[in-house]
Amino acid sequence: MQAAVHKSAALVVRGLRKSYGDVVAVDGLDLDVGAQECFGLLGPNGAGKTTTIEICEGLVDRDSGDVEMLGRTWEQDPKALRQRIGISLQETQLSDKLTVRETLALFRSFYEHPHDVSHVLAQVQLEEKANARISTLSGGQKQRLAVACALIGDPELLFLDEPTTGLDPQSRRQMWDVIDKFRASGHSIVLTTHYMDEAERLCDRIAIVDHGRVIARGTPRELIASLGAEQMIEFASEGTAAIDLGELRQLEGIIDARLDAGTYSLQAKELHRAVPALLAYLASRGAPLTELKTHSATLEDVFVSLTGRHLRDE
Amino acid sequence: MSETREPRRTPRTWRDAQIVQLTLVRFREFLREPEALFWVFIFPVLLTAGLGLAFRSKPVDTATVAVVTADIHAPPHVGELLARSKSVVVRAMTVDSAMEALRTGRVALIAIEDLGGRISYRYDPARDESRTARLIVDDALQHAAGRVEPVATSDDYVTAPGSRYVDFLVPGLLGMNLLGSGVWGLGFAMVDLRRKRLLKRLIATPMSRPQFFASFLISRLVVLSFEVIALVGFGVLVFHVPLRGSLWSLLFIAVFGALSFSGLGLLVGTRAKTVEAVSGLANAIMLPMWVLSGTFFSASHFPDVMQPFVRALPLTAVNDALRANMLQGASLGAVMPQLGVIAFWVVACYAVALKLFRWR
Repeated sequence: MQAAVHKSAALVVRGLRKSYGDVVAVDGLDLDVGAQECFGLLGPNGAGKTTTIEICEGLVDRDSGDVEMLGRTWEQDPKALRQRIGISLQETQLSDKLTVRETLALFRSFYEHPHDVSHVLAQVQLEEKANARISTLSGGQKQRLAVACALIGDPELLFLDEPTTGLDPQSRRQMWDVIDKFRASGHSIVLTTHYMDEAERLCDRIAIVDHGRVIARGTPRELIASLGAEQMIEFASEGTAAIDLGELRQLEGIIDARLDAGTYSLQAKELHRAVPALLAYLASRGAPLTELKTHSATLEDVFVSLTGRHLRDE
Repeated sequence: MSETREPRRTPRTWRDAQIVQLTLVRFREFLREPEALFWVFIFPVLLTAGLGLAFRSKPVDTATVAVVTADIHAPPHVGELLARSKSVVVRAMTVDSAMEALRTGRVALIAIEDLGGRISYRYDPARDESRTARLIVDDALQHAAGRVEPVATSDDYVTAPGSRYVDFLVPGLLGMNLLGSGVWGLGFAMVDLRRKRLLKRLIATPMSRPQFFASFLISRLVVLSFEVIALVGFGVLVFHVPLRGSLWSLLFIAVFGALSFSGLGLLVGTRAKTVEAVSGLANAIMLPMWVLSGTFFSASHFPDVMQPFVRALPLTAVNDALRANMLQGASLGAVMPQLGVIAFWVVACYAVALKLFRWR
């Protein structure tokens, strides 16, 4: 297994399997999350991220495999584990008729050593909304309150399932600040996301999940480096018939090439050599460019190169 | 940005106990739902007022009679004679309008005088009111015409509260209201929490499940005390419904009954995921009991074969026990059979509901 586990593991998952009828949701999945680590499960919708995280949270029964967190299993000591982890689920609607403070006071009452409501309100920047009914909150504020409910018990391990799905860019950045602050306090986080920029921005290490399996893992930097390419070139041309993928792969500075919905994607090592080579090739084939873009390689490109699909493909 | 590692923590007080917080949430949700307040407190009082007024005890032995005279120019002989009696209200009408009045219930009887001075009565013998009117009117007429009674009699009326329709009605409406708020209160709340995935969120915390269910029962019991006070208080103040049994016994019956109805509500809400599903289930449970359990009329009207079934319903037991307490002053010992039926439902509902309960 990966050796990047710190002094003691926050979460260890081995050979996890779960099926719903004929549908295999999780298919032999391993994870190691170290103490003080922010770990991301990145993958498209339906990859099995939520099932995996809810099994870890003790909310869904697994078919087989082992889950151990904070040195315990759900079978040994469920009460102690519940006290020590914080959870934010996808799609929980907190009660509209209660205020922010009342909701937090309720969740606070379940824990043995909770934070003060005011402390958590400051953490998620909702002090001004303390006495507002939940029905009056924006989507981003509701989502931060959901995370506040996960933080109130002073957890050592925080699970966040799609914490920013459906939020506008500013709300996403506010949520990232909240997550950064919790991480700075020295605890562990496991989060799922299908946003590659979120995973790159927040996570120390990432497991890319597809069809219930981990298909790649490492730090964002390691994963991108595994492409062997630093840059991506995308272009479209009128003369598609004259362009051959095999020939593109032979061009100087090009590592791989693929055609996806009329757009060519090239993984490139040295842009200053690859672009002139590409232009010369297209000119020689009489295929004029209609579009040309380049960007630094991202986790999205890693996912595409591993699966041939995009993260956002539904 | 650096956070303090150990933030200041306020010492815990009784308000921080989860049973207190869970119960507070129940009250807040209830008080912030104006419709719920209406159905629990205002509606039953309005219903009692409406039915109590509609079926109020009329002065005994008065009959409203339409008098039709064949010769419309002649002074109505019958009308004159009848008008002397205090028990008869006379309306002179044509045949057509008299028939219309009889059909719509404005008069109970039509008295037709033909040209020869003979009287014929026209009425529906299936209507109690009409049969009574026939006797009163005929008696008044014969008396006014000079009949002398062979035996001297006198009337001594008993109209004490306790035997009127409204006295029967108030305990029944109390039982029905407890049933409604119990089934809706728990059934709907559970489905709403499940639909919002809040139940799942709650079991993701170390929340105590027994305390979660207890918070619903505690809030029900407090709200129920106010329901009893509102409805019984209204009945006593406005209609002088008697309270012959001990108030503590009455409250005990109400609380125990409400506990079984909350159990039914929990049962209804164990698995349903949509409001529509829970509404259907709740109505399927409550509607038959409204009819069968002697809320608006005595359950003894049902055929003997049905009686064991009718008596086994929790609402029948609650209604009978409440009536025995309020109207006959029965002690708790005297309503033991009813309490036994309620106890059975309490145990059965909670045992099944807690076994089947789904948190997601």
